[in-house]
Amino acid sequence: MTAFGEERLASLIRALPPAPEGWVRAAQELPFARPQLDEIVARAEADAAFRQQLIADLEAALAAEGYERDPAVLAALRVRFEAK
Amino acid sequence: MPGAGAVPVTRPVRLSQGQHQSQFVLMASTLSDRELVSRCRAGDQQAWNELVERFSRYVYAIAVQAFRLPAADAEDVFQEVFARAYQHLDKLRDDSAVRPWLAQLTRRLCIDRLRAASRERPVADEELVSGSEETVALLDEALAVHEALAASPEHCREILDRFFARDESYKTIGKALDLPAGTIASRISRCLRRLRELLEGRSQTDRASGE
Repeated sequence: MTAFGEERLASLIRALPPAPEGWVRAAQELPFARPQLDEIVARAEADAAFRQQLIADLEAALAAEGYERDPAVLAALRVRFEAK
Repeated sequence: MPGAGAVPVTRPVRLSQGQHQSQFVLMASTLSDRELVSRCRAGDQQAWNELVERFSRYVYAIAVQAFRLPAADAEDVFQEVFARAYQHLDKLRDDSAVRPWLAQLTRRLCIDRLRAASRERPVADEELVSGSEETVALLDEALAVHEALAASPEHCREILDRFFARDESYKTIGKALDLPAGTIASRISRCLRRLRELLEGRSQTDRASGE
């Protein structure tokens, strides 16, 4: 750690404002989203057409099937489908 | 190096899932990064909450300050960083290296976003990352200061975080902490001095231990 005056200290505290509350909560809730996530993945594995829709437009495919938009689930699905 | 040391420090954590920000209370967590990752891997939900809380500002700042992503892209990157971290925690070879691992993951996802956005006008990678390394280095330093802040007395960490990081006015702080406006400036000044002393003490300890 380099030496610094109080002004520099203040600017370093200022450099890390909190992330939006909703973003943090969504990321924290990811493990709770697992059942829904697993259900979607299982459906995609059993239904090639649904899988193609998810790959083409994830958000639209989920909305069309009545799933609520959940940022944590969306992010996890992107990771899943990108990995396959 | 923030979070890499073996000595546990106190840090701000959220009380439990689902609580509103007004109920946010700074608590002392004695878990090192290594212990926290180990607990997450074992399926400890509270540890996962804390890991997200501990690095949320850092990941957010890399996306928004270092790579200047628009809010919608920054949110996608933010969620994807933690989704990947959750899914690939087993692949982390050194549990104490979670901070640089998250930083690298965030950088890579930000660059992917910028590259996708610039498909119509191809841009060299050097241009995409221009200036980001310096900003990330600054954010590393800022994270170390926030860790020291979390180890400060509660009345100090709350007032400094509210005033500098949350950009709250004296009036808002006074109301939230039930303090007369006249005492806020002097408390901020005292707490900054105390934080500096704490950091200088750590630096001396690091030098003495040869770090």
